[in-house]
Amino acid sequence: MSGDAAFRAGVFDAGDLRRAHTRIAHEIVERNRGAEGLVLVGLYTRGPAIARRLAAAIAQFEGVEVPVGALDVAFYRDDIALRPVTPLGATEVPVDIGDRVVVLVDDVLFTGRTVRAAMDALTELGRPQAVQLAVLIDRGHRELPIRPDYVGKNLPTRRGEDVRVRLAEVDGGDDSVELWEGAE
Amino acid sequence: MKHLLSIDDLDRASLTALLDLSEQFVAVNQREIPKVPALRGKVVASLFYEESTRTRLSFETAAKRLSCDVMTFSVAQSSVKKGESLRDTVQTIAAMGIDAVVVRHPAAGAPYRIADWIDGSVVNAGDGRHAHPTQALLDALTLRRRREIAGLHVAIVGDVRHSRVARSNVKALHLLGADVTLVGPPTLLPESLEGWPVQVSHELDDVVSEVDVVMLLRMQFERQQEGLFPTLREYTARYGLTEARAERLKPDALVMHPGPMNRGVEVAAEVADGRASLVTEQVTNGVAVRMAVLYSLLGSGAPVA
Repeated sequence: MSGDAAFRAGVFDAGDLRRAHTRIAHEIVERNRGAEGLVLVGLYTRGPAIARRLAAAIAQFEGVEVPVGALDVAFYRDDIALRPVTPLGATEVPVDIGDRVVVLVDDVLFTGRTVRAAMDALTELGRPQAVQLAVLIDRGHRELPIRPDYVGKNLPTRRGEDVRVRLAEVDGGDDSVELWEGAE
Repeated sequence: MKHLLSIDDLDRASLTALLDLSEQFVAVNQREIPKVPALRGKVVASLFYEESTRTRLSFETAAKRLSCDVMTFSVAQSSVKKGESLRDTVQTIAAMGIDAVVVRHPAAGAPYRIADWIDGSVVNAGDGRHAHPTQALLDALTLRRRREIAGLHVAIVGDVRHSRVARSNVKALHLLGADVTLVGPPTLLPESLEGWPVQVSHELDDVVSEVDVVMLLRMQFERQQEGLFPTLREYTARYGLTEARAERLKPDALVMHPGPMNRGVEVAAEVADGRASLVTEQVTNGVAVRMAVLYSLLGSGAPVA
């Protein structure tokens, strides 16, 4: 952590995150009129964990096991020549996405470039019936015409600020979302 | 990292990072569409001053699967036949705007000279007796996918003296913590092994039942004319991995060969096609390793910064 990084505000605590997950899960099922034919695909690092939580919530209130996948978009990014881009995990989508509605899941939506890369990566796996986007935090500053379908919280930020998401199963400790000044 | 000229360019951490990255490309290569747009717009030239099938095709496949454009330069059909110097040839190709040159040359050190002459990256695909780093990387990846390399006992058997594969493998295996024994007649071992982290044996029979991996080297027939061994039959009798010898291997021992194989000389056909043989996996993994190398060199330096 660099010296000038400073804590600014708590955005979500564990309870807020749980409620946001539950609400997004309901919205996904409501929008798609059920959970049949869905697949939740998380983007590394934290997307797969969020997707599993959404699937668990849907299983609880809807009684449907929605398949969960994980997508690494490193090789599809458009900034490979600008900074070191390292794969974060293995791409694993357990079902044929053809004719399914794919919900891409990520923690923070910022410039939209990760989502663009994810859509590229997804098309190589098949032709989904539709692609939707769920994020915990939309912090603005889009550089591409991309809009989320499901949002945990719209969080106005400045570019130099850093939104830090912690999930117990990925980062250890308690779930939280915090806003910091300066990069980690 | 700008060039990959020798295993000496790597330390244990960067070698391991490169193998980890290779695993990602193994997964990409198993997909229905084994291609990613990572290096779109980059141009890779392959410049082979020695004949090669698998290495050249492997590099070109790797480059294409990363969406690079590939220029293939074949010495037989080129201005080299008209007497053009290496430097002029390389600078001509560089002037067309390329990002990397994959070079194989009979002279040890040629890739180092090329790296001085051009702005792009240089990958050594074999230079004289000196180095063949991507072969050592693909061998390490293939082994690592089967066994933990640290602590393995590996025998490298045959014409070590003339082998760039052996030199690069000794370095890579040593970095990863394996124990290496070189096996061959004194005439086919280097004159001095000072500084090599290896043991030496002149009898394959002495080590065959103890080692975890037998890495066979190709016997080049012209070595017989040089008088380095009496006859191929005698070579096979003492240093070939025959069926009878293979039966003395440990039950979980593995057999590797960089290709092309002389079946019936350094390895019996039944052994080369047998259960312990990793020969086909070596070729498959070669593409993934070369994708990792090109991605690391041309994609801003990840993960071998």
